[in-house]
Amino acid sequence: MTTKYTKDHEWIRVEGDEAVVGVTPYAAEQLGDVVFVELPDVGKSVTPGDEMAVVESVKAASEVYAPISGEVVGVNDVLEGAPQTVNESADKDGWFVRLKIADKSELDALMDEAAYKAHIG
Amino acid sequence: MRYLPLTDADRSEMLATIGVKSVDELFSDVPKSAHLKEPVDLPAHATELQVERIMGKLAGKNVAASSVPFFVGAGAYKHHIPSTVDHLIQRSEFLTAYTPYQPEISQGTLQTLFEFQTQVAMMTGMDVANASMYDGSTACGEAVLMAARITRRKKAVLAGSLHPHYADTTKTLAKYLDINVVSTEASLTSIDALYDAIDDETACVVVQTPDVFGRLHDITSLSEKAHAHGALVIAVFTEPVSLGLVKSPGEMGADIAVGEGQSIGVGLNFGGPYVGLLACKNDRNFIRNMPGRLAGETVDADGRRGFVLTLSTREQHIRREKATSNICTNSGLCALAFTIHMTLLGEKGLRTLARINHETACDLADRLSAIDGVDLLTDAFFNEFALRLPKPAAGVVDALVDKGVLGGVPASRLYPGGGLDDVLIVAATETCSDDDLAAFEAALKEVL
Repeated sequence: MTTKYTKDHEWIRVEGDEAVVGVTPYAAEQLGDVVFVELPDVGKSVTPGDEMAVVESVKAASEVYAPISGEVVGVNDVLEGAPQTVNESADKDGWFVRLKIADKSELDALMDEAAYKAHIG
Repeated sequence: MRYLPLTDADRSEMLATIGVKSVDELFSDVPKSAHLKEPVDLPAHATELQVERIMGKLAGKNVAASSVPFFVGAGAYKHHIPSTVDHLIQRSEFLTAYTPYQPEISQGTLQTLFEFQTQVAMMTGMDVANASMYDGSTACGEAVLMAARITRRKKAVLAGSLHPHYADTTKTLAKYLDINVVSTEASLTSIDALYDAIDDETACVVVQTPDVFGRLHDITSLSEKAHAHGALVIAVFTEPVSLGLVKSPGEMGADIAVGEGQSIGVGLNFGGPYVGLLACKNDRNFIRNMPGRLAGETVDADGRRGFVLTLSTREQHIRREKATSNICTNSGLCALAFTIHMTLLGEKGLRTLARINHETACDLADRLSAIDGVDLLTDAFFNEFALRLPKPAAGVVDALVDKGVLGGVPASRLYPGGGLDDVLIVAATETCSDDDLAAFEAALKEVL
């Protein structure tokens, strides 16, 4: 099970032909209390850098970008009623989107955990 | 030291950055014919006393609304405003305060906004209202954009009897968001054409009641048809006093209610500033997509009642170009005037005021439609109705001014070339006395 990271603080965990995407605990902490999450429609196709979701905290609103190309095959409905899950469990229960991976080689361009840790200093 | 915020070098650098040669080039969109070729022809100087005399003479050419029997409406209405309203809004805590950007320190302002929202929601029969928009027309335009966001559709259908200024504003706002706005014909008979214009692509249908000709519409079945197609219904009103008597937008199935609040507390002024009202039903997706500010009630750490501006992340100062609207302020002082006037009236007072308006308008309609050649075109109205005259209404209005009566708005002013030249739109409020009605009746008989 590989987990990769983007410079925009998304994580992506590969599970077979699919991948789960969320925001990192670091990003969640920086945002503060998350009050709203806007998720994409299932079936939407994305390419790297596309706006995929919106996360709003009491002090800011940020976009969540697609780390790789793919089709949205699932979204975390829990976040609609309980957006605070992003703060409580950013790297697990607070996931945003499940993607069907279009091209696994795109993962190579992303950071591994060590590189991401260096990135956030 | 002189205060010179901008040097020539600063200016050149900025112009170079955006790629234009001169400041004048920034105004190239303004037609040449509108440019001033020479300075305005004014004397080099005059004393204060001389200026007062000249201006007084010029102002004397106007016929002020309060100086003659007055029956002009069509979107702005002359009502009596209790002197308490003016007295209270001039308190410096209210008068000088701008929309709160450090909101929680302005508890008094937030409380009045919360009360304003509560009143607007109750009047319109909706669940949630925002802290106000600029005016009725921008509230209408914003409601269409809101509906497009909620439904993710790009077509809006406007009733032809929606106030044309509201339709224009809506089209202007929608233009650059690729929302296709279609208006049905401005028919004097019915709004049935609206039903046929609704399809599965329609984001919203916009209908005004009382409409620009004063007609009341029960939009319940229109709402049902729209909802069957997944479209939203935006109910518009220009006369909020009507809500004291008629079925509210909420009761008729509207999803969003918008209108002008000027009638209550604000006065005619010079066509502005006014206050736009916007309310919607209690649905997460609706509230998320609302434009403007929203005051909310909460408790502080000690459990005491307090107020906050809530859901600000929708707004432009945080969300920038992705905000739900370019408005991140509100018509604060006018909203306060509205709130104070409404508080003075209360529910019962609003109903009584509405009844007086309606009775006065009924009396006037009876008097005027009894005149030979004059037909009443509006069978169900509140305080405004349309008449068909035996000659062009614009000329009749001018002739009435010479008789000392401001006798309404010719429909041709709102629908130039629309074949409504002989239609006159007449409003009567509680400010019209029996003598005023008699004067209008007598003057109209003379000029026809």
